Amino acid sequence: MTLAGWLFMSCSIGLVISAVVYCFWRVLTRPAASGHMHAPLDIDVHDRDLDC
Amino acid sequence: MARTKERWGTRLGVILAVAGSAVGLGNFLRFPGTAAQNGGGTFMVPYFCALLLLGIPICWAEWTLGKRGGQLGYHSCPAILGQLGGSRIWRYLGVMGLLMPTIVYMYYVLVESWTLAYAGYYLFGRLDLGSDPSQYPARSSQFFTNLVGLDQDGFMLQGGLHPSVIFWMIAFGVNFCLIYRGISKGIEKFCNVAMPIMVLCAGAVLIRVLTLGTPDPAHPDQNVLNGLGFMWNPKPIGSAHSALSALADPKVWLAAAGQVFFTLSVGFGVIMNYASYLGPKDDVVLSSLTASATNEFFEVCLGGLITIPAAFIFLGAAGAVGGTFGLGFNTLPVVFAYMPAGRWFGFIWFTMLFLAAVTSSISLLQPVIAFLEEALGVGRRASVTILGLITALGCLFLIYFSKDLAALDTMDFWMAQLGIFILGTIEVVVLAWVFGARRAHWVACQGAELHPPSWVFTVLMRCITPLCLLTVFGAWCYLYAGDYLRSLARGGVPLAAVGIIATVLLFMLILVHLAGRRWDRADADRLPPSPPGPEDVG
Repeated sequence: MTLAGWLFMSCSIGLVISAVVYCFWRVLTRPAASGHMHAPLDIDVHDRDLDC
Repeated sequence: MARTKERWGTRLGVILAVAGSAVGLGNFLRFPGTAAQNGGGTFMVPYFCALLLLGIPICWAEWTLGKRGGQLGYHSCPAILGQLGGSRIWRYLGVMGLLMPTIVYMYYVLVESWTLAYAGYYLFGRLDLGSDPSQYPARSSQFFTNLVGLDQDGFMLQGGLHPSVIFWMIAFGVNFCLIYRGISKGIEKFCNVAMPIMVLCAGAVLIRVLTLGTPDPAHPDQNVLNGLGFMWNPKPIGSAHSALSALADPKVWLAAAGQVFFTLSVGFGVIMNYASYLGPKDDVVLSSLTASATNEFFEVCLGGLITIPAAFIFLGAAGAVGGTFGLGFNTLPVVFAYMPAGRWFGFIWFTMLFLAAVTSSISLLQPVIAFLEEALGVGRRASVTILGLITALGCLFLIYFSKDLAALDTMDFWMAQLGIFILGTIEVVVLAWVFGARRAHWVACQGAELHPPSWVFTVLMRCITPLCLLTVFGAWCYLYAGDYLRSLARGGVPLAAVGIIATVLLFMLILVHLAGRRWDRADADRLPPSPPGPEDVG
């Protein structure tokens, strides 16, 4: 493993892990948003009955 | 007919579903092989350039198109492109967003069933390569040949039911059971469970590989550090001497662009469909970035550290090169045969690949299911049945014509290599030029927790991304299309595979035409909410 190999590997992995941590931190630190149930579903529960 | 208006249950659910759609066999098998053969660490320069200039902008374009289409009550690619493009021509071009998922599903579920078969054989100790290490590669190759029928057509449909057909039926059934349960109860729930399991499985194999040290004292150079070096050291291409020569090779840039497209699942119409189930105030910018980053984590951090180093440690440089199938189904079983407790790590690895494949293959079904519901006005049961029949026929064609995987390779070439560039270009042009870049930016920013600067839409998405796409497409045609066209001229299985694609295309076009009449009538009966104009953007 050369120095350049270490450099490319650590930069690539570091960049990706930083992006993942940042994105999930933004998503998960807003529990109201991340775990938010969307607006009440517009459900017509007869859907599958009408299907056949 | 009144139908359930489906929605994602939670925001994390949609992110994991989109990431699950993107994470597949390509992350663990295609990426490491492509990187190692295209300059090693140097490959990451064009790779990240392609990610920033093509991958992320097109992801945002698909999410934005889908979100706006969902607001108008549409979930399929032809309907959304037709509505936002304001012309029937975009509706017909949107058929690519049906054709590609359908055809890709036909062969993807087949490969998925191979991973299930390997996991099953490892679990029950039936994948035995013998006690003579010198025979491992030959036995592994023979096992794969027997499983998929590489040496003759019709191998698996002669006489009794071949085991691989049984595994295909199980994989096929799992997919359609999940898709029948719908967006929230099927896709989302499955991805919420499967994605963490995949991280755990890949993490376990990664720790095993990185702690192998130097397993064979007779070959001290075959150790973990040199395995990582084989993957990540910058390597010259061809006869060049400079380690950075890969940067001057257009084929390397083309390979990087193709890998980014393939891995992010852009240009399939899948993300557009998934995003259409978002609410009007739901974020698309951060969600898209999070899903892309999750996919990159699986690809660079897990795929880049496991496959090639593991192969190098046991098999040396000669064993660590190969295509996706060669690396995944020939080389890695040999690696697991050498590895202590390899049977169990083989089981964990192929279970993880199976889960990754399922999260991707169900995402290929949903856009077509949504279209059939919209086009024919039928419910989920009918649409699942219709699509099940179409894809089962295609799968049987591929199962029968298994020799050298000629039919599978042909379909993969025309759809997953050429088709995604075409649909990706169509999507970006519709969003940035027809719908309007400023208007698209406005839609994307509605409810967004991360506000991209407007130039991302008005400059990058409008000019640079299409230019990059056309350059890549032109270079691809110049370098590769000729060989494939000549292979078609020879007839045989590749021509028959193209005939299958053409038949499905014709069928989809007829459905789009019929659906267009239905949508036009529906639009005439109601006033759709008018999209914001540039004047609203301010």
